[in-house]
Amino acid sequence: MSDVVKEDVVDAAVDEAHSGDIAGALADAHDDGHGEAHHSSLGLSNTKLAMWLFLGSECLLFGGLITTYMLYRNAHSADVGPDQLWDIPFTSASSFVLLMSSLTMVMAVSAANRKDDRNTKSWLIVTALLGSLFLAGQVYEFTTFYREGLGYTDSLFASSFYTLTGFHGVHVSVGIVMLLATMAMIAKNKISGDKAETVEMVGLYWHFVDVVWIIIFTLVYLIPA
Amino acid sequence: MAIIERPATESPASAETDDMVTATSSYGYLRRPVETTGWRSWAFTVDHKKIGIMYGVVAMFFFVVGGIEAGLIRLQLAGPEGTILSADKYNQMFTMHATTMVFLFVMPMAAAFANYFIPLQIGARDVAFPRLNALSLWLFVAGGLFLNSSWILGGGADGGWFMYAPNSDTPFSPSNGVDFWALGLQITGIASLVGAINLIVTVLNMRAPGMSLMKMPIFTWMAMITQFLLLFAMPVITVALFLLMFQRSFGATFFSVEEGADPLLWQHLFWIFGHPEVYIIVLPAFGIVSEVLPVFSKKPLFGYPFVVFSGAAIGFVGWGVWAHHMFASGLGPVSVAVFSVATMAIAVPTGVKIINWTLTMWGGKLQFTTAMLFAVGLIVQFTIGGLSGVTHAVAPSDTQQTDTYYIVAHFHYVIFGGGVLGLFSGIYYWWPKVFGKKLNESWGKWNFWLMIIGMNLTFGPMHIIGLQGQPRRMYVWTEARAGEGFFNLGMWNLVATIGTFVLGIGILLFFVNALVIHRSQPVAPLDPWDARSLEWLTTSPPKAHNFDRTPTVHALDEVFYRKYEDVGKGDEHDYVQRASLEDLMLEEERHADAHIHLPAPSYWPMVLAVSLPIMAYGVIYTSWLIALGGAIAIAAMFGWALEPADAEDSDFDPPAPGEQTSKELANV
Amino acid sequence: MTDVEASPATEHEHHLHGHHADAGHDGEHGPHDAVSDNRYIVIAVILAVITAAEVAASYIDLGAVFIPLLLFMMAVKFFIVASFFMHLRFDNRVFTWLFYTGVVLAVVVYVIALLTFRFFEA
Repeated sequence: MSDVVKEDVVDAAVDEAHSGDIAGALADAHDDGHGEAHHSSLGLSNTKLAMWLFLGSECLLFGGLITTYMLYRNAHSADVGPDQLWDIPFTSASSFVLLMSSLTMVMAVSAANRKDDRNTKSWLIVTALLGSLFLAGQVYEFTTFYREGLGYTDSLFASSFYTLTGFHGVHVSVGIVMLLATMAMIAKNKISGDKAETVEMVGLYWHFVDVVWIIIFTLVYLIPA
Repeated sequence: MAIIERPATESPASAETDDMVTATSSYGYLRRPVETTGWRSWAFTVDHKKIGIMYGVVAMFFFVVGGIEAGLIRLQLAGPEGTILSADKYNQMFTMHATTMVFLFVMPMAAAFANYFIPLQIGARDVAFPRLNALSLWLFVAGGLFLNSSWILGGGADGGWFMYAPNSDTPFSPSNGVDFWALGLQITGIASLVGAINLIVTVLNMRAPGMSLMKMPIFTWMAMITQFLLLFAMPVITVALFLLMFQRSFGATFFSVEEGADPLLWQHLFWIFGHPEVYIIVLPAFGIVSEVLPVFSKKPLFGYPFVVFSGAAIGFVGWGVWAHHMFASGLGPVSVAVFSVATMAIAVPTGVKIINWTLTMWGGKLQFTTAMLFAVGLIVQFTIGGLSGVTHAVAPSDTQQTDTYYIVAHFHYVIFGGGVLGLFSGIYYWWPKVFGKKLNESWGKWNFWLMIIGMNLTFGPMHIIGLQGQPRRMYVWTEARAGEGFFNLGMWNLVATIGTFVLGIGILLFFVNALVIHRSQPVAPLDPWDARSLEWLTTSPPKAHNFDRTPTVHALDEVFYRKYEDVGKGDEHDYVQRASLEDLMLEEERHADAHIHLPAPSYWPMVLAVSLPIMAYGVIYTSWLIALGGAIAIAAMFGWALEPADAEDSDFDPPAPGEQTSKELANV
Repeated sequence: MTDVEASPATEHEHHLHGHHADAGHDGEHGPHDAVSDNRYIVIAVILAVITAAEVAASYIDLGAVFIPLLLFMMAVKFFIVASFFMHLRFDNRVFTWLFYTGVVLAVVVYVIALLTFRFFEA
């Protein structure tokens, strides 16, 4: 287990740099809001362009990790592989939770567009809670797998499975922090620019994390090796 | 450098009572830095021009570091049984030479030009995210220093720049060198990714009115294609570096062959990144040359749309050729055939560019300034590199050449002949724009000729010794197996080493020119080269806000068409100069925009950048440093998020009494 | 953020080029008015149903259809979330281009890499 934890810490550490981009993009975005005559060649928000570019780039990150997993998914000992470990009903439930968090996120964006701060905050919190529930499910799953004999260093399958789902988990964690920070900033009225856009940016990131899980759920869990 | 030009509606009276600039606003945890002089004005700046200059200076520093490493390598190989370096030190030397030159010199030097000139060429006042821009710079500096700190902490990385697995695993490379390499490149990789997002948004969204994509200066085009390549290539190397780090630090098994791992996984991930990287290196140089050639040929760039689309085609096809680096690894006949054909195909758009450059010069009034010499040098030297590249595309011949000095010869003609010569062309061309004075032309010509002679003496013979079978990365060669006569390895190795020092002297002349001779150079006129593109429609060096009024663009080569009028009839063109750049500048100043807000400096980019190497040292040595670095990073991100990008109005100089706008910088 | 408060002259230019007219409209109302909250719920129900179908399919022996069917359902979910929840359907096409460039590049490049490992032959 300790290996897994260690890995996650490092993931988190380096991933913070990524979220740094996001935090910065969010902060910079505030100033877009009040520049009424701000010149923009495409008539689009800089922040939103940046976020979509970032998400396009992330596709190649997760693509690489998924490829590594696909290549090594059969490389495990006979008694500790997907057949013994996967608990499809449980993972389906946690996937459903993450899927529904996308609904609550889009409700938050919708509320923010109506300038309805109260509902925006509520939906952000609900989204963060659903995200945390998913994360708790992942922690439970990792500990169960570990107890059943799948250590991080035990096989190629183990290393690539934990790395792929761990990276996704770190992305979810970063998303939860962003949700809560946005919620707090709305509550304290610290967002000087376009509130709706800030919520929308967090939303794009969150949906992307959900979309990645849609792929992982099918490729890793549902399709047998 | 916080400057603001106050609204003209401000009454002079209030300006008189309120003529002290304050720095009252504090956000996050720290007061905003407002210094406009001294080291603070550089360290915390978000001005794309200062950031560009710093990128260039740091890149040049690493150029010297990488050059010294190259010199030691060549000294070791000058004669048989060299004793300058041990086998171990030699491994570190060539690994770090390549890593330094690619990631810490050529890429950041191109980033320097992109940072400085993209906003100027598109008529913008800064990049889209100035603080992220500062973050990119400091992450690059932090990553570069971290990577090189391995020299004093047990030795540099020693697996070659592509660090093939499983050779990079702890049993084969037990020092911390590879850990420094993986983590250091991770940090500079984040810098590149952030910079790529920033510059793409800048180009797409911040062009001056009227500047459609097909009226964009060609350097901006090539730089943008480069940023797209970075955007999509960086995450691939990120994955590879993470896998390597988990393998070495946490015992993961990705590259453990005894567990059934396939060593080709690393090769694929590395080269999926690595081949676009080749174009990341040369495309900015192509852009620079495409600016320089028309100016010194007194003709527009021949076939601008073809140059643009062939650049895009190179960027696109560059994603489908990576496995040609792996022909000798047993990919199977189908894969080899497919990648071989794709590789030959990429020669087509590259050839289109060469033809366009040649036809740009055809019939032109050529002026062989130093910048022009370097540009022509690029065409010639890069073509040689391109031709030897086609010989690798032919898989059977590549199997002979793999891992010999022939490969070393090829990629130095491409990277040095294509990348570095282009960058030097840009340095000589844009120097008066950036610093207000030209570099000395006679010194420049010596600089150029010594570099050209030096590079051909160094890398030319490597074709011969490579085809004679001298493997790359061997720390000694022996007289007994050196061969005889014209193909004697010893003679050509000695020639290559002499060439290296000729090359070194050439580059030394550049530093003398830039640091010593430059001081006594006269101030250059506003338009020293009779230039064509938008970056010249401002003072030299440009004001902090770049343009007094945001230019409206009507044509490609906007500045040229503002200076010259076409008096020809029908299809005949005859251009007559109607205005000088000085006239145009007066016009711009007369119509200066009233309110110009520039982004304010910030501590947070640097703080965030410093946190990453702390975490990286933590991964190598002790985990509490990870926690410390993480805490600093989180604090920096919250400070950043809570700090508005623009400072309060009270932080800036008011306009002088009776004047509409203040032209003063705020001095605090 | 470079923040240029345009003088009358430059503002005029904005109108001339029609940049800003589009921007204001798009930025403030454009994409979001297209979908009501109720429709989001319907979309979420559709996503949930597809997920249930995926899980159900993994318990039934469908033979050769199984993997293509699951990949198809996965792709449908991906597109629904990207198009509706991420607003790509209603937003400026530039975003769609940027994002799907990354998606397609990732799929193509990594599938080719897996092909060279003979991954799909087993």
